[in-house]
Amino acid sequence: MRIHDKFSELDEKDEKALIAYVCAGDPSFEETKEIVKSLINAGADIIELGLPFSDPVADGPTIEAAAQRALEAGMNPDRYFELAADIDTDIPLVCMTYYNLIYQRGLEKFAEDCVNVGIRGIIVPDLPAEEADDLHNACKENGIDLIFLVTPVTDNRRMETILNKTSGFVYVVSRLGVTGTRSDVARSTKDILDRIDTDVPKAVGFGISDKEQAAEVISEGADAVIVGSAFIKIIASGENVNERVETLARELKEACRTEN
Amino acid sequence: MKKSMYGKYGGQFVPEVLMPALTELEEAYDKYKDDKDFLEELDYYMKEFAGRETPLYFAKNLSKKYGIKIYLKREDLVHGGAHKLNNTIGQGLLAKYMRKKRIIAETGAGQHGTATAMIGANLGFETEVYMGAKDVERQHMNVYRMELMGSKVNSVESGSRTLKDAINEALRDWVTNVENTHYLIGSVVGPHPYPMIVRDFQSVIGNEVKKQIMEKEGRLPDSIVACAGGGSNAMGIFHPFIDDKDVRLFPVEAGGCGLKNTNKEALHSASLSVGEEGILQGAYTKILQDEYGQILESSSVSAGLDYSGVGPELAHLADIGRIEPRYVTDDEALEAFYELSRNEGIIPALESSHAIANVMKMADDGELGELVVISLSGRGDKDLETVFKLKEMEA
Ligand SMILES: Cc1ncc(COP(=O)(O)O)c(C=O)c1O
Repeated sequence: MRIHDKFSELDEKDEKALIAYVCAGDPSFEETKEIVKSLINAGADIIELGLPFSDPVADGPTIEAAAQRALEAGMNPDRYFELAADIDTDIPLVCMTYYNLIYQRGLEKFAEDCVNVGIRGIIVPDLPAEEADDLHNACKENGIDLIFLVTPVTDNRRMETILNKTSGFVYVVSRLGVTGTRSDVARSTKDILDRIDTDVPKAVGFGISDKEQAAEVISEGADAVIVGSAFIKIIASGENVNERVETLARELKEACRTEN
Repeated sequence: MKKSMYGKYGGQFVPEVLMPALTELEEAYDKYKDDKDFLEELDYYMKEFAGRETPLYFAKNLSKKYGIKIYLKREDLVHGGAHKLNNTIGQGLLAKYMRKKRIIAETGAGQHGTATAMIGANLGFETEVYMGAKDVERQHMNVYRMELMGSKVNSVESGSRTLKDAINEALRDWVTNVENTHYLIGSVVGPHPYPMIVRDFQSVIGNEVKKQIMEKEGRLPDSIVACAGGGSNAMGIFHPFIDDKDVRLFPVEAGGCGLKNTNKEALHSASLSVGEEGILQGAYTKILQDEYGQILESSSVSAGLDYSGVGPELAHLADIGRIEPRYVTDDEALEAFYELSRNEGIIPALESSHAIANVMKMADDGELGELVVISLSGRGDKDLETVFKLKEMEA
């Protein structure tokens, strides 16, 4: 299922999307498969599967540590695509990774590999619109979405350029900073959502960790919430991981269903 | 070619949140680089605060021993003990004109951190420096210096716990505080416009050399040799000579324990000599990486050269043959450290010792010509502990 179709399906049900991020291979190949299964069981609509990079500059300590664990457990791009292929689901998978890993594999090959394993979109946090033409073309040719980010300091001119390029959804970074859970998500969220004039769904991420924050962001106009670090923290704890991941995902999805 | 490129290298591979800041910086630089007030203040600081111009010193004993004329550009005499202050004065003033309240920096050897702390204290910025935990250990005198001047020093525990990881952490800080903070990058690395700005502020080195060598020798040198970590002292001394095609330019990288790699780690830092094209910390350049594009940790006896990447303009100049990368090992650099100390009464930084070692090595085979200028980028006080420890281990 393509990302666009997923959002259409949710629209009909009057629901918003829960996009769940986990880092592939953290803590191991097999465990990631189980964790993703739990997320899907709980109603996650899109799975963002991180491909770990040695130098993740856009990530905070939680996700950086996850990447480190995954790399130490032997994750690499070849294994990553095997893992994605093993995930038996109809919902869209999205790859989040840094540009050098895509570049070294070859843009075409990376896009093809994605299509072959059911990855429908790519997010590259260190690839701004100015540098993205080549990957954009490779994605287009293969029918997958290249998802761009906008932030509170993105001015209106850049915003327009980025909204013209992004497809699938636009990743709205609700506040300045790296990934990680925060207690003060909402303040700048409304401002930025109001500035985004597009038909593409708006997915808000960076800092959302519980159902209250999810509900708040949705009430301010988000079409989707992206939650990562909150799941990773559970995974890092190693205690009742699948059960607790599933519970949190259920709560978050509930917030996406409630009419605001 | 895009304005942000140096040949096919360079670019701006950074999170979206930093793009406006890079544009703001580039616009400010364009505006002030020819501004009379800015240039006057820059001149004043270079002279009165940094102590420029620095001597071009004829190393008579070395020259005699190696049979060619060797001059040392004495950046070790710049306030703080290294060329790094040239750049921090420039960017510090730029940050002041841009009305930033806070400056942050990464540091390897601690020299750039120290130079940032100096200008931070002088111009009244809140100053924070990121330094790999391994470098905090091996260069802790510089940590004291920075703290003494009122900077906060953050020890970075991730990755190889060296320069690359300090840059990652500084980038994360900048992403978070971009509205009031200037990231004062210490070398010709990172996203455009940094490689250009740092090169321009460091070009004072080469401009002085050009004038001084004409006065002393009545001609340009046959070759110029400079160590290259990120490559700022090298670009600074090379840049004014790029069009003087008869002057050969040799950047010298850290060969560490030899040009071999393990699984996760390179035993050297020779990204220009043996690195491959890729994207690291904002730029497309030559980097040390594995088959998948994961960055390899680098290694060198000198903290300031211990980096997995190199400035994009150096990568370009190497490709077109205008600069000719060389490397020397840890042992060769250490030997040069002793050699200069004993023969000239000048204790060089371990970084700069790499440049000297290369001259010692190549003096015989003619490639340097008869008249060579070495960039003595810094003084060795900061390295005494490292050198003594290595000596003890040998004994
Ligand atoms: C004395 C000295 N020389 C050289 C370097 C390497 O930097 P670059 O290659 O940017 O000149 C350093 C870095 O810390 C240094 O302290």
